[in-house]
Amino acid sequence: DLKSVLSLSIQNIPALRRGKHMGFAWGQGNIFVYETLFKATGSGSPFIHEVRKDEDIYSPILRKLFNESHHIFVGLQTIREDLPSKNKKPQFVSISKNYRSVIRACMEELQQVAGYPLIRSVLLQVSILLAIELIWNLCEVLFIDAAPAGSLLLHLLDWVRLHKADVDEKARDVLQSDSPAEHRDYWDVVVSYVLQGRLDEARQMLGKKATLTPAANNIFKMMDNLLSKMPFYNPGGTQTLTEFDVKWRHWHEEVDRCLQDNSFASNQHLEVLCKILLGDEDTLLEHKDLLGTWYHFLVSRLLFCHPTVKPTELHYYAQSCMTMFLDSRSAPEPLDSILLAAFEFDIHQVIKDCSIALNNWWFVAHLTDLLDHCKLLQSHNLHFGSNLREFLLLEYASGLFTHHSLWQLAVDYFDHCLEFGRVYLELQIERVPLDTERKALKVLRICEQRQMSEQVRSICKIMAMRALRNNRLGSALSWSIRAKDAAFATLISERFLQDYCAKGTFSDLDLIDNLGPAMLLSDRLTFLGKYREFHKLYGEKRFKEAAKLLLSLMTAKIAPRSFWMTLLTDALPLLEQKEVIFSADQTYELMFCLEELTSSLNTPSSDSDKSMQEEDVELTKVELLRLALSRNLAMAIVKEGTVET
Amino acid sequence: MENINAKYVSQKISKTRWCPVSYSSLQQPEVFATGSWDNEDNKVSIWSIGNHNNSGLEDGFEGDPQILCEHKHGGDVLDLQFLDQERMVSASSTGAVTIFRYHPNTHTISVLQHWARAHSYPCDNAPCTALVCSSPEIVTVGEDGRIVVFRADQEGAVRVIGEMRTRMLPPHKESSLKLSVVFVRECRQQHNSRGDLPKDHGALKFDLFIIFLYRAPLHCVDRHPNQQHIVATGGQDGMLCVWDVRQGGTPISLMEAHSAEMWEVRFHPTNPDHLFTCSEDGSLLHWETASHSEMPSFLQGGRNSSVISHGALTPAGGNRPLSSAWLCGDSGKGCLETTHMLPSQTMSVNSLDIIGQCLVCGTDGEAIFVNRHVPV
Repeated sequence: DLKSVLSLSIQNIPALRRGKHMGFAWGQGNIFVYETLFKATGSGSPFIHEVRKDEDIYSPILRKLFNESHHIFVGLQTIREDLPSKNKKPQFVSISKNYRSVIRACMEELQQVAGYPLIRSVLLQVSILLAIELIWNLCEVLFIDAAPAGSLLLHLLDWVRLHKADVDEKARDVLQSDSPAEHRDYWDVVVSYVLQGRLDEARQMLGKKATLTPAANNIFKMMDNLLSKMPFYNPGGTQTLTEFDVKWRHWHEEVDRCLQDNSFASNQHLEVLCKILLGDEDTLLEHKDLLGTWYHFLVSRLLFCHPTVKPTELHYYAQSCMTMFLDSRSAPEPLDSILLAAFEFDIHQVIKDCSIALNNWWFVAHLTDLLDHCKLLQSHNLHFGSNLREFLLLEYASGLFTHHSLWQLAVDYFDHCLEFGRVYLELQIERVPLDTERKALKVLRICEQRQMSEQVRSICKIMAMRALRNNRLGSALSWSIRAKDAAFATLISERFLQDYCAKGTFSDLDLIDNLGPAMLLSDRLTFLGKYREFHKLYGEKRFKEAAKLLLSLMTAKIAPRSFWMTLLTDALPLLEQKEVIFSADQTYELMFCLEELTSSLNTPSSDSDKSMQEEDVELTKVELLRLALSRNLAMAIVKEGTVET
Repeated sequence: MENINAKYVSQKISKTRWCPVSYSSLQQPEVFATGSWDNEDNKVSIWSIGNHNNSGLEDGFEGDPQILCEHKHGGDVLDLQFLDQERMVSASSTGAVTIFRYHPNTHTISVLQHWARAHSYPCDNAPCTALVCSSPEIVTVGEDGRIVVFRADQEGAVRVIGEMRTRMLPPHKESSLKLSVVFVRECRQQHNSRGDLPKDHGALKFDLFIIFLYRAPLHCVDRHPNQQHIVATGGQDGMLCVWDVRQGGTPISLMEAHSAEMWEVRFHPTNPDHLFTCSEDGSLLHWETASHSEMPSFLQGGRNSSVISHGALTPAGGNRPLSSAWLCGDSGKGCLETTHMLPSQTMSVNSLDIIGQCLVCGTDGEAIFVNRHVPV
């Protein structure tokens, strides 16, 4: 039953025991519920239950709906604003039709799955989709296409025909039987055709009966004549609405005459048909089972009473038809009130009622967005600032973000919410779980494209920490370079240097060698890069350049003080070379550095828990250095003082 | 673009691969496999686009992919390759490598072999990021920096090349290492003819490994099918680079292909003047160099309006089979033509595969596109 599906539902949580209290906490798109007892103490159940509001996004077939409609949504946003709205209407109508065809495709697939055995939940989903498509179609007819009087009725007829498929099934059964005219559903089919305004098919059906009863030939002929002459408005034609109205009244009077003349008195079925053609309410209401719904009743009544109905007059008829059809029902079902609101052109009411009735924001978000593009929504400001369209899109997209996979779609929705979209995205994107590097790269690309530098930094830091934990220093370094995170780069460079001190070699040489301008990110990183360069120069035996670099590392204070000893020790082999590499000036500077270093080492504040052995080693090193430096100085002075002859 | 339709499949596709067809039959491929990612339950699935005689396809498009079978897969599918017509291997984000067998008669998939911790860290899982097969051997690389060689019928790993871990660890292992895997494969083929595993495997690899370093992380690599010294790469900056391995150093040509990461690059296996790339920015490009044929360009069939100039390419003496249009080095001379293969904007295209005239690709918008009439 289409109507009962759109209603509030109450969820029982079976695991909670009776008599206990329930505590809860909101999550994203879900509630955590646990058993508690507010006042008493004692043992309770240790479980936490998760109540998820929206199961739809986890259905594999409905996922296609979300993906395809996302594609349409993005296309809609990029329609150029500068075209006049007259030219855009057909585009909007076609977009609306696209959305609807996506809904229908989903419905068909679900119906195939429902099959045998009938799965109740799937059938429920199918009926919800049916209702959604019904409402959307009506909104398209009334709001987007905004058909004027005359064509309005034609569109409404199409609408009803589309949603009453059982007529065709019945007709098929009847036609496939041995004697169609004798089939018990025969007259039902004929009446249904007439009620839907499908007069040609009705005439064909009637023809079958006519051949069977040649005696009643003339009245069948008369009926066929009446049916063939019923005027239908042609929007593309040259006839104006008033002309059509005149013609229609003329025809209506002719039918009335036939009835008054008792021409069809001999065949009660034909008489009923005649009354229907006149739009007699009582006769129409007698066929409630064939009509099925009050809106079918409405459209049939309009067809035979008032085909030139204007959009503004619709709601009178709608209200009265609903009352007449539903007679003693207490309160209208949600679907009925939504459709009624649509007939009253109260768009906001439609949206509001749909939001309450449906458990997923998909429908209202997309419909409101489309209506907003058609400039049909007044900017109805809600009290926290954003407008209705944005509010709905934000809610929908936030729901998508809770899904492990569909979060990528939500990004585009946030992009098109001008006021709060960015803020929402910033908050949500940090919470996407980063299981693999590839996912992190995609998330990073999203953040970088939108200049969300804080999020970039935080994501890179997460990945860098993970790499660090697994001892992949190069990977960690490249993440921190990408984030332009100087502090972290410093940390990692320290690790590199520590590794070097411990093992004597570098890891990730090719990364360090090719840092390029990224080297300037942090002092420590620059030092690392330059230090490595020193090693390379040394390896290539370009000693003079290596020496210069080494010295500059200390004098320019690029090197951290703690590393100076290592640097000076590296200088030893250069000092010990036969050829003089360090000039006298350079040697003075080295000596100065050494003195600076030793004086700071001698201060009592330096860590006094060094063992005696370590201190000995230090002293020996210093002595060696002093010796080497003095020797070098001597040689350098001599060399520089020598005149070449 | 007329012949391309989207099929929505409710899972983000990370890899699509055609099932290999025997070259002798000259058939177009009909079956392809896909791997998903970022799902709670990831799957490896087999699809068919053949013309079905059985019903159910009256209103579907001709060539609309129909799912034949699927199998659960632990972790994201980071790479998928076919070993032969029935077996395929997948690399997982949990570090596992699995061989699946597809039974075409019963339309089922079964697991033949599973190496659960092909790649791992001491305390964590390391994703296995790429693999290459040359039946019966499978070479895989992972984020832990190791190259592991498996054999399809043996239990343990045949050989683990772990020097990478402490010595040369490139920033994004899956990319640069995949480069070396390409070369490892090359080495193997060269040595296979001698019938023994080369002992200096490691050293040879090292040399090749250092040959070129690129300033941005690389994500994909492909080698020219005939001329093995030509390699195309794509990476984080979306630039397509073509390298000559013999020279090394700088790329021969550098082309701005995409505005975001390039995920896959592929030479056409039988017609290598054509190259395909797909990227995070949602586009799939078809690159075509001018051919050497003497046919004037107006007889080659217009695809889009750019003019192909032959000037840069006419070989002197006309007898240089080893040169390639890819090494022409200057795309500005108009020897390169690019076409977008997908209609409008889509989400990131993660993977593509091409055999003959059939192209298949998968996107993050949970859609598969199949084009059976690619002009090659």
